[in-house]
Amino acid sequence: MENWKQNPRVFWTLGLPPSLWLLAFFIIPLGFLFIMSFSDKAMVDGEVSITGYDYLTGITNYIRAFDPLYLGIMWKSVWISALATALCLLFAYPIAFGICFAKDKWKPLLLLLVVLPFWINLLIRTYALIAVFRTQGYVNKILGWVGFGPFEMLYNNFAVIFGLVYVYMPFMVLPLYATIERLDKSYLEASLDLGGSQFQTFMRVTVPLTMPGIISGIILVFIPCLGSFLTPDLLGGANALMIGNVIERQFKAANDWPFGAALSFLLMYATFGALALRYLFTLRSKGVDV
Amino acid sequence: MAAQLKPGQGPLDYGSRTWLKVLFAAIFFVLYAPIITLVAFSFNTDKRGVVWRGFTLDNYTKAWNNASLIEALTNSLVIALIATVFATVLGALTALLMWRFRFPFKGAYEGFMALPIVIPEICMGVALLLFFVNSGMMGLFVALPWPLNLGNIIFAHVTFCFPFVAVVVRSRLVGFNRQLEEASKDLGASEWQTFWSIIVPYMKPGLIAGALLAFTLSLDDFVITFFTSGPETVTFPVKVYSLVRRGVSPEINAASTVLIVITVIATVLAMKLQAPPKADKV
Repeated sequence: MENWKQNPRVFWTLGLPPSLWLLAFFIIPLGFLFIMSFSDKAMVDGEVSITGYDYLTGITNYIRAFDPLYLGIMWKSVWISALATALCLLFAYPIAFGICFAKDKWKPLLLLLVVLPFWINLLIRTYALIAVFRTQGYVNKILGWVGFGPFEMLYNNFAVIFGLVYVYMPFMVLPLYATIERLDKSYLEASLDLGGSQFQTFMRVTVPLTMPGIISGIILVFIPCLGSFLTPDLLGGANALMIGNVIERQFKAANDWPFGAALSFLLMYATFGALALRYLFTLRSKGVDV
Repeated sequence: MAAQLKPGQGPLDYGSRTWLKVLFAAIFFVLYAPIITLVAFSFNTDKRGVVWRGFTLDNYTKAWNNASLIEALTNSLVIALIATVFATVLGALTALLMWRFRFPFKGAYEGFMALPIVIPEICMGVALLLFFVNSGMMGLFVALPWPLNLGNIIFAHVTFCFPFVAVVVRSRLVGFNRQLEEASKDLGASEWQTFWSIIVPYMKPGLIAGALLAFTLSLDDFVITFFTSGPETVTFPVKVYSLVRRGVSPEINAASTVLIVITVIATVLAMKLQAPPKADKV
């Protein structure tokens, strides 16, 4: 790698266009959002204006965000995301493990099968789930033949969690696959040779050694779950609001942009917190990473 | 004892365990059954789409004749094509910068470039909405004739696509043998000649894979488009969203199937190109 001073002309030609683009269409918009989060709607002749704002009036929006109603929704977003992440881990670990120990010729195909749904439009996948779970859907049809139902399976927390697991599963499988693939299998043999049972070997050897992949997967699934909007909107409806839905309402139906901006920043801080945790874990696991 | 160790029975042959195979089958079934039924029922004659009544292509003709659906699909494809071009160029520039130079605060810059990847989509969507409205770009672009009225959405899509392209292209560049570049310069080639005839050909698979990634990301995006599109500009996901809110119809199945086919082809192509061919390991 060369020092940028050796070739400043090339350095700036390469660096300026993307940096300016990101500045104009990312950093400045976030700046607008940041200012908006500290603003209030303007009062014109004693009435709340629709489009006018008083800028930088204080932290009233943030205080409002800690109202029990919104705290409740935030807490719900966290636990729904945490549960969805845990379920993803539970199902993705055997999948990743199985792919690593599958025959070499099958590996690419199995990986493709895991990743492919991720490339299919999120909206289409959610729509497909609606068709499966709605009251006249396929699951209820099948239950009907056996004499059960029909059950209302949409518009509740279960539907949202199922949808999140369904949608974000590939994010969990890929980092797990990457670490399990790198795992030195002779450690497992050693553990089994020394009298460890399969279960002990898994808990004491495999899991600790693949911890970096587990942490990456958890973060990669948890972050998009926390900020999800479409899944709770279409599968949860009004009964399973998450923070993303509240933000959307402030910017669309409720037309309270300052409050929406404050909620967006709280969501971003939560995201950065999760990323910082991941960073700390990678620092700690440096010594034992295989 | 040796008799116990026939192939597929060793303690580490997890791949041949029955319980793992069953679990695999179950998870893949859950993963694919909804999508397969969606595709299958796009050929169904039943209007309510619950029971299989017979094969037909009517839903496709109906979707094809639905002007607003076709308009949305065209918009999506146009946006994706233009955004892909810009995102690929910007992403390649970023990748080259990070690969070639040492500079102060490089770690911070790298983190900054990854921000659009990690930030919640909805936050980026509302930030861009605010920016477009306050800067007057929303009013400006909405008044322009097609396809210029898609400008806002294209700007937004380029912004979240190009950091992904940068990651893909950079991972390709890591394998580049820098001596080739030195040799080219020693032999009297200029910076530009070296770039164009040595580095670009090497980057090409990465560029194509990155471009296909940007294309699918743009085609798939709902949340950011939902916030940045004007009232008159509708993309395919936004259109499907408004239809889905009104209920399930086989027409949506047909249109979705078309989009699934497009994305699957693009993905499989991208994966083929991303896997380095065995011959060119330097």
